Amino acid sequence: MALVYPTEGLKAHPPRLFPDYKSTVKRSPSRPLIVVPHTLSELTGPVYGHDSLQPGDNDLTCHGRGEPIGERIIVHGRVLDEDGRPVPNTLVEIWQANACGRYVHVVDQHPAPLDPNFTGAGRTVTDENGYYRFITIKPGAYPWGNHHNAWRPAHIHFSLFGHSFLSRLVTQMYFPGDPLFPFDPIFNSVTDERARARMISSFDLENTKPDWALCYRFDIVLRGRNETPPDND
Amino acid sequence: MFGLTPSQTVGPYFAYGLTPNKKYDWTDLIIGDLVTPDTTGERIRIEGQVFDGDGKPITDSMIEIWQADAQGRYAHPRDARTRPNTSFKGFGRVGTDAEGRYVFHTIKPGPVPGPDGTTQAPHILVAVFARGMLQHVFTRIYFADEAANAQDPILTLVPAERRQTLVARREDGADGPVYRFDIRIQGENETVFFDI
Repeated sequence: MALVYPTEGLKAHPPRLFPDYKSTVKRSPSRPLIVVPHTLSELTGPVYGHDSLQPGDNDLTCHGRGEPIGERIIVHGRVLDEDGRPVPNTLVEIWQANACGRYVHVVDQHPAPLDPNFTGAGRTVTDENGYYRFITIKPGAYPWGNHHNAWRPAHIHFSLFGHSFLSRLVTQMYFPGDPLFPFDPIFNSVTDERARARMISSFDLENTKPDWALCYRFDIVLRGRNETPPDND
Repeated sequence: MFGLTPSQTVGPYFAYGLTPNKKYDWTDLIIGDLVTPDTTGERIRIEGQVFDGDGKPITDSMIEIWQADAQGRYAHPRDARTRPNTSFKGFGRVGTDAEGRYVFHTIKPGPVPGPDGTTQAPHILVAVFARGMLQHVFTRIYFADEAANAQDPILTLVPAERRQTLVARREDGADGPVYRFDIRIQGENETVFFDI
């Protein structure tokens, strides 16, 4: 069977059923997933290049009429494939809460203020070295209904494509040293400690912009490889 | 230590970033209408509802589809065949509404190459994301009016009694054919999801 991409690395992902995160109980398949070969359908995927973007799409602090409230930060890093090679020209989309932990979403009723100058959505496309960069505001923690006194650690949602439809990844970037880590079932659904650590950005003093913004580095590793495999499909 | 970045749920609040659909102050990059001016082929509508393990509609899920053009070619460098319809991307994304419904406007894809020199029946790849889903799931839409389904190299790997969960049924709509494809994440008639 032609499984062109290795599957060993997939163990890094959380199980689909993780009862500590209650919503997984009714939203995870109960029948076994069916193994099928990787065909041209799986090994191709959407391509969104630099022409997909508007100027300022990667600067979430410039989408309003004025500066948003909160701690301005730079979030940057590289997107790599599982061979450690850069993934150039791939779309990176992010969304996040504002500095007070409030999302611009009709369903979010957390009694924290909205910021008229901060929507919390951004996107960019990696350059030829797989590099991306956002300017944004450090998001706040916020409460949620999973269990008594449940709070999500501060995070930024990331959505990426990579080489193919199989490389598709939606994840969350966390901030180093967050005291909420031990209590968050979404973060801890990734049971391997080393894999969990890969979701935590690192403080990047070197790329901090003096008198302007602190910097966090978040490298992302996607499934797949760029090399053209033997023509077995 | 080097390794894949783990998946996490899209959560409940992805809409203003990924599917603003004019409800939020952010421009749509990826939408549910895949048809571009240079797209040829039979225009179709694909619609359905997404249900959880209690049979309740999932109103905060996101559906993505990936498909070939009417000639069975993918808009991707790995598919080396020439494509005159250069603006057709073959990718769409929508969120489900208050009844768990989704709709795509697209064209019916052609048959595409399969493993070992076989040909795959026309199909569309689907990824489903939602709050409560720590990883997205992959499935496929096949079309009820395709005789080639019977020999499809992927569909035939699915136990016969579950295959119908992957086949969209054709109905006549006001503006053309409609294929209905409901997605049941869990429970009775659970949709087949692939481990790929």
